[in-house]
Amino acid sequence: MNITTNGEAVSIDPLNVQEYLLSLGIDPRRVAVELNLEILPKAQYETTDLKEGDTLEIVQFVGGGSLPASLPKAG
Amino acid sequence: MTQTNDKLVIAGREFDSRLMVGTGKYADFQQMVRAIEVSGAQIITVAVRRVNISDRSKESLLDHIDLKKYTLLPNTAGCYTAEDAIRTCRLAREAGLSDFVKLEVLGDEKTLYPNNEELLKAAKVLLAEGFTVLPYTSDDPIICKKLEDMGCAAVMPLGAPIGSGLGIRNPYNIQIILESVKVPVIVDAGVGTASDAAIAMELGCHGVLMNTAIAGAKDPVAMAEAMNCAVRAGRLAYLAGRIPRKLYASASSPLAGLIG
Repeated sequence: MNITTNGEAVSIDPLNVQEYLLSLGIDPRRVAVELNLEILPKAQYETTDLKEGDTLEIVQFVGGGSLPASLPKAG
Repeated sequence: MTQTNDKLVIAGREFDSRLMVGTGKYADFQQMVRAIEVSGAQIITVAVRRVNISDRSKESLLDHIDLKKYTLLPNTAGCYTAEDAIRTCRLAREAGLSDFVKLEVLGDEKTLYPNNEELLKAAKVLLAEGFTVLPYTSDDPIICKKLEDMGCAAVMPLGAPIGSGLGIRNPYNIQIILESVKVPVIVDAGVGTASDAAIAMELGCHGVLMNTAIAGAKDPVAMAEAMNCAVRAGRLAYLAGRIPRKLYASASSPLAGLIG
């Protein structure tokens, strides 16, 4: 099944969001996830199955003060 | 007037340190951790960015920061529209589980000056969603008053453009802002060296936020210590109350009992 994660087209086996994050080596407690432009609360990671065509944004905190830097773009 | 009971209060939360520091531009995490520690800061700003899904080998910022010791202040650095800033704040809240956000909506890349129109738009939406909003703004008393009236927990006027190191370019505006609003006034951006931070505090500002001045110094850890001292010195001088400026001399030794 094909989804878009952080702007990249990826092909994955059917998984829920929690399983997908773990498969990427991401600690689910340390990130925030947007599914099709809506924030997905952490409590719903395990009950939300990814579907064909889904668009995910996975973000984390990085070093920054008042710096210009590239943004996660919508879509 | 002692240091011990002089706290910075933002949205009901008390902080001993009036210096807030960013976490960007450091050579490595070790240097960043050491500089933050020496700065004495309790509030540190972080940015929100995409996780690199193809290369997970890099360490994460949060592996290096003791969340029991520091309050994270996610910022919306790099956002040029209210929409992007709002989206970034929502993601930050979900990632950090705190309502505190430093709201920054930039106008252009050359000056990194705030786009106040978009800033006000974003602040309105975020305040309605329960965020504690600390807005980065131009040193404009009218905008600062508007932000306070909307419900922002503090106002953060710039001293000079971000990363410029030009210091407090318009101390008179900062003074007017201090007289106009009751929420804490935190100078954000423009500090170049310790005296700039001290000047902001001597004016009566409640805090100073900086990143480049420390991270960009030749020795960031030493500069972090200098800024720690400067912010405390400036605050103490403000509380102590400076002498008035006079054009002519005023002897400090007694005139009675002079020989001859």
